[in-house]
Amino acid sequence: MNGALLVHRLQFAFTATYHYLFPQLTMGLAPLIVILKTLALKTKDERYDAAARFWAKIFGINFVIGVVTGIPMEFQFGTNWSHFSRFAGGVIGQTLAMEGCFAFFLESTFLGLFLYGEKRLSKGLHWFSALMVFLGSWMSGYFIIATDAWMQHPVGYERVANGSVQLNSFWQLILNPWAWWQYAHNMSGAVITGTFVMAAVGAFYLLSEKHVEQGRIFVRVGVIVGLFVSLLQIVPTGDAQGRMLARNQPVTLAAMEALWDTQPGAPLVILGQPDMVAQKIDNPLVIPKMLSFLTWRSWGAEVKGLNAIPKEDWPENIPLLYYTYHIMVGLGTIFIVVSAIAVFLLWRRKLYRARWMLWILLLAFPFPYIANTAGWMTAETGRQPWLVYGLMRTADGYSKMVSAANGWFSFLGFLGMYTVLSVLFLFLVRREIEQGPEPVLPPLPVIVTAVPNLPAGVR
Amino acid sequence: MSTIWFMIVAVMVAVYVLLDGFDLGAGAVHLFIARNDEERRTVIRAIGPVWDGNEVWLLAAGGTLYFAFPLLYASSFSGFYLPLMMVLWLLMLRAIGIEFRHHIQERVWQGFFDTIFGVSSILLAIFFGAALGNVVRGVPLNADGYFFEPLWTNWRVGAQNGILDWYTVVCGVVALVTLVVHGSLYLANKTEGQLNVRARKVASWLWPVQVLLTIFSLIATVYVVPHVLDNYSKWPVGYLVPALVIGSLVYMYIAHSRRNDKGAFLASCVYIVGMLVGAAFALYPNVLPASTGAQFSLTIYNTAAGAHGLSVGFVWWTIGMVLALGYFVFVYRMFRGKVKLEEGSEHGY
Repeated sequence: MNGALLVHRLQFAFTATYHYLFPQLTMGLAPLIVILKTLALKTKDERYDAAARFWAKIFGINFVIGVVTGIPMEFQFGTNWSHFSRFAGGVIGQTLAMEGCFAFFLESTFLGLFLYGEKRLSKGLHWFSALMVFLGSWMSGYFIIATDAWMQHPVGYERVANGSVQLNSFWQLILNPWAWWQYAHNMSGAVITGTFVMAAVGAFYLLSEKHVEQGRIFVRVGVIVGLFVSLLQIVPTGDAQGRMLARNQPVTLAAMEALWDTQPGAPLVILGQPDMVAQKIDNPLVIPKMLSFLTWRSWGAEVKGLNAIPKEDWPENIPLLYYTYHIMVGLGTIFIVVSAIAVFLLWRRKLYRARWMLWILLLAFPFPYIANTAGWMTAETGRQPWLVYGLMRTADGYSKMVSAANGWFSFLGFLGMYTVLSVLFLFLVRREIEQGPEPVLPPLPVIVTAVPNLPAGVR
Repeated sequence: MSTIWFMIVAVMVAVYVLLDGFDLGAGAVHLFIARNDEERRTVIRAIGPVWDGNEVWLLAAGGTLYFAFPLLYASSFSGFYLPLMMVLWLLMLRAIGIEFRHHIQERVWQGFFDTIFGVSSILLAIFFGAALGNVVRGVPLNADGYFFEPLWTNWRVGAQNGILDWYTVVCGVVALVTLVVHGSLYLANKTEGQLNVRARKVASWLWPVQVLLTIFSLIATVYVVPHVLDNYSKWPVGYLVPALVIGSLVYMYIAHSRRNDKGAFLASCVYIVGMLVGAAFALYPNVLPASTGAQFSLTIYNTAAGAHGLSVGFVWWTIGMVLALGYFVFVYRMFRGKVKLEEGSEHGY
């Protein structure tokens, strides 16, 4: 790999990976905040409002970092991947511009209202702005997934005389079947992060016997929703994606499973290290015939191996792909186990006193971040050596006018800048958790004498 | 269709400059006119609920540019690689300065955040002006439609120009002064007391500077790129634009003398739109002229996306903008009026 290509790839991989640590929490928390606001509206219990306000603060900090690390993503399509942009901009420019025009305006406007307007808005409108923040952040997710899905599985385009591709069917691009499953899988992954973080903060409060009331709400909402989305993550969303891969990118699936030879009744590798030279798995732990069943729903079905495909079309870093995929699946399974036990204890009314389980919930929160990151690495390293699957190779897409030295200049700059961001972020979030949700006072006796006529909607 | 998209992108850029311009300007000037913690919090509260939404226009305009003119996006973003990376870092610092200040109560750190906010706002204003200067002046495009400019070379306008030369620096200064005036007038509208008085004072002191710089930059532009006047002689109706710019400056003076903050802010809006439209009008149909020869220039014709994409885009773009306009009207009505610190300080600004 030449030096310029390497640094452009490193910079994009780094900035994208770092960026996605933040939106996965905001997209995951947004529906949870809506749940809390709905509970508040329904039960008229001030504690849910206080809980929503607390999580809105965490959301706000994450949102800011998500925005400032997200702007570079859009810019880098042009700055670092200009040949790709010139080639594919006529298609993916659609989804990226729609994200700006529909999702960002919605999200930023209503987030402003949600954070600053609680005293100016009626309760109903404040709930509505939480809902719109949820809608905006999830729409944003869809447009990005649709863009990535097009790179994984290009549809709705035609090649034109100047060598670029142009849109010829808007609806095919928007309704790309690849996008639907990838979106569902990605969003339930984000909610897993949200729920595990919420449960972890709750567990921390219960263990340290501070803000106990709020801690219980966080743990309860966290584990119940957490179990639900952890299940969705495997079936149907993860399963459907695997089967889509088998049909459209068989080489990617073979590399993820380190399957060298095409065979009927292919096994599923649970553990083991791929040996690229001898083409086998060291220290294997496998379930016979399982891979065939999962991909084709038949124990004896034939699954294509790597050797059936020319080497130049193999993903470049098969061990990395293999491991990230296995980390994702392994952690996904553990999430189900952890949240199922927690829900069971909750049902038996033992969870709030089961310190061992609270410790597990507290320590579990980093793992959804790892699983989400590993999942994206699986998707993107699995697509290699293609930038747009079957149409453009990664080696042809970078900015040829930007030298390796200029690439390193900016990459090192990003490393430094993101270090500063990380320090600030951890510091601020720690402060918010330390401070905790504001205590809810018992409602004062209502002595309404005279209320001046306020304009409607302002209270 | 590509002409329509040229206008749309120009309008979106103009809206971005109008909106983010006042919070950039407020940031650039707040170190000088807001003298204590209370006043600085007032400044931040005046822009707090809207600055992020304003910045979304940058993303929306960028996304629309990418979608409508992919080759222009690819070429200009990779060619302006170094300054754009710095713009990204400055935007990050600025967001930190605005949003994280209120999370930390210690005085030392508040001064630190204020300085970050102020300095990054000043530098961004200069960068944006210099960027516009580069587009007007032209860049060394090759036959493939690509270029790469170093930050500076010999500061002269010529074959080996860098991003910064004397002309683009002038444009940067014009942008800084314009946005400082714009931001001060916004603050004058949104605040009371000492802050209001000082904000208005800054704007009226800078009035002669702005007038002189406008004249100087226009002369410099005609000197550096003589053919900017071509479109004006082709379609004389274009001369209405400079007339509008002059009119807005005159009206700004009148508004200052009558202490009419609203009118002055409006005049500043018209001034900014006039300057940008004037530049866009001079460029058309070029979008990035080549300093290496007119045959290499990027135009709306050789950079536009396919016809189907552009017409589909027109439908959803219109829907998206109607919605966005709705949100904006709603939010600005919600937070209209002067900023008062005691009221609704739940978020701590």
